[in-house]
Amino acid sequence: MSQNHARGERAKLEVCGVAKRFPAAGAAAGGPWVEALAGVSMSVAEHEFVTLLGPSGCGKSTLCNIVAGLFRPDAGTVRLDGALIDGTRGRVAYMQQKDLLLPWRTVLGNATLGLEVQGVDRAVARAEARDLLREFGLEGFEAAYPAALSGGMRQRVALVRTLLCRREMLVLDEPFGALDAMTRAAMQEYLLRLRSEFHRTVLFITHDVEEAVLLSDRIYVLTDRPGRVRAVRRAPEPGPRRATDPEVVRLKAEILDLLRGVPAGAD
Amino acid sequence: MSALSPRQIAKTTLGAARARGARPGRLLRRAGAWWRQAAPPAGLIAVLIAGWEWAVRAFGVPPYILPPPSQIAAVLIADRAILLGDATVTLAEVLLGFAVAFVVGVALALAIVSSRTVERAVYPLVIASQTVPVFAIAPLLIVWFGYGMASKVAMAALIVFFPIVVNTVDGLRAADEDLVNLLRILGAGRRRILLTIRIPAALPFVFSGVRIAVATSVIGAVIGEWVGATRGLGFDMIHANAQLHIDRVFAAIVYLSVMALALFGAVSALEWAALPWRREGTR
Ligand SMILES: Nc1ncnc2c1ncn2[C@@H]1O[C@H](COP(=O)(O)OP(=O)(O)OP(=O)(O)O)[C@@H](O)[C@H]1O
Ligand SMILES: [Mg+2]
Repeated sequence: MSQNHARGERAKLEVCGVAKRFPAAGAAAGGPWVEALAGVSMSVAEHEFVTLLGPSGCGKSTLCNIVAGLFRPDAGTVRLDGALIDGTRGRVAYMQQKDLLLPWRTVLGNATLGLEVQGVDRAVARAEARDLLREFGLEGFEAAYPAALSGGMRQRVALVRTLLCRREMLVLDEPFGALDAMTRAAMQEYLLRLRSEFHRTVLFITHDVEEAVLLSDRIYVLTDRPGRVRAVRRAPEPGPRRATDPEVVRLKAEILDLLRGVPAGAD
Repeated sequence: MSALSPRQIAKTTLGAARARGARPGRLLRRAGAWWRQAAPPAGLIAVLIAGWEWAVRAFGVPPYILPPPSQIAAVLIADRAILLGDATVTLAEVLLGFAVAFVVGVALALAIVSSRTVERAVYPLVIASQTVPVFAIAPLLIVWFGYGMASKVAMAALIVFFPIVVNTVDGLRAADEDLVNLLRILGAGRRRILLTIRIPAALPFVFSGVRIAVATSVIGAVIGEWVGATRGLGFDMIHANAQLHIDRVFAAIVYLSVMALALFGAVSALEWAALPWRREGTR
């Protein structure tokens, strides 16, 4: 039971019984619905790193969209720092699954977009963006247009844009999907540093179970659509882990079983 | 995990992609490509003109029916002062008419996409107005706006108004909804979404409308001049025609074609400058 709650700290994000459905493709109003989420409850404590794992189409991106205020939930509540998020936008830094770069803006112009909307001084925004772009290996591409970038580069620009938004809560929807293994490892390391040094709170989505086990404090495993929480697992211990640690290997196997739908003893 | 920084790793894996910048010889290759494109039509035109010259001489066609190109060229040079003066008048009508249509058309398109009421009231009328043959109302325009420039400006404006409105409306609606949502998630309001997403996304559409419109507006101004004017290339043509100075008619046509081509080229150049992200080589 203790696994269902964050480490005794104050909850940063609280999702309570959230449900969401969409009209099925081509359906008339009031017609058949696609149920994306059916009563998901979860929480992320302050400075915690929480990962959502679940089969494709189970509603992970939908949950992120609700947390970011793009949609309102059909039922249930989302609270950030105790305040209701019900279509409230601009409270979290959200990196969507697609990179969504503006084709008419250069890399630099895309990276500063969030700061621009927040009204940050242009020169300050540009300086911050240049630093982070350099850190992410995009130095020399500041003036390039997105069409000239590889998929992995585009994804990193989107990550820079998200990280620059001055928000404590980060919601990252498969941020490393398009990266090669080396760059991915470097980005993971950066993310961990961001959390330990800058005390950001992270809600993270991935399809890579090993990545989840290596990075997270806690992992929520969701069911097939409509998404519900199937199980919660706490990672072995805080701090750096290796893929070969016996605890990591064991947890990975357990989570893979959960994802396959094998009934788990602890649930 | 390794001790390498993301920066170091990305450098090793991505250094190759950076070699894509400017290379020497690129300009030369571009000139070559341009020549390969321009040579065939230029050659065809030369052949046609030579054939025309030969046929007129061989069959003894009288110059008041069809003058040879050499005679047209002679008129182009001899009457250049008058023709240039008239061309300036026509060009001014075209540019003014185009500017009026552009300003009013874009403003109307913005109103149509930002208000459902305006859209329901105005858009059907804009589309229905296309069934009115604009040429047919040219005489009315002369009555209302007089023999001077104003009636031709109105004519040119009316003719290009429709493609500008329709293309701008389409363009403003073509914005990727995901990008609009991205801005919403960042906390942006309608105004910022319009400026940051909808207008940039609309620009390619606006430019393709403008490219068609600018050549058509030349037609509008000339028709206005035919119906009633005291100056302009259209006025020139009507007079020369009445006096069977067919060479002079052709000379005016040459000026009009060059003007339409130059306007088309100017719009293309503007588009190239305004939409760097659509250029060849950046995609
Ligand atoms: N805006 C929308 N309109 C209609 N249906 C939607 C919308 N967004 C999501 N859905 C539907 O909701 C379901 C869940 O989609 P969602 O994108 O949340 O899944 P996901 O868990 O993120 O999947 P993946 O791992 O493949 O990214 C899908 O069936 C999808 O078709
Ligand atoms: Mg998703």
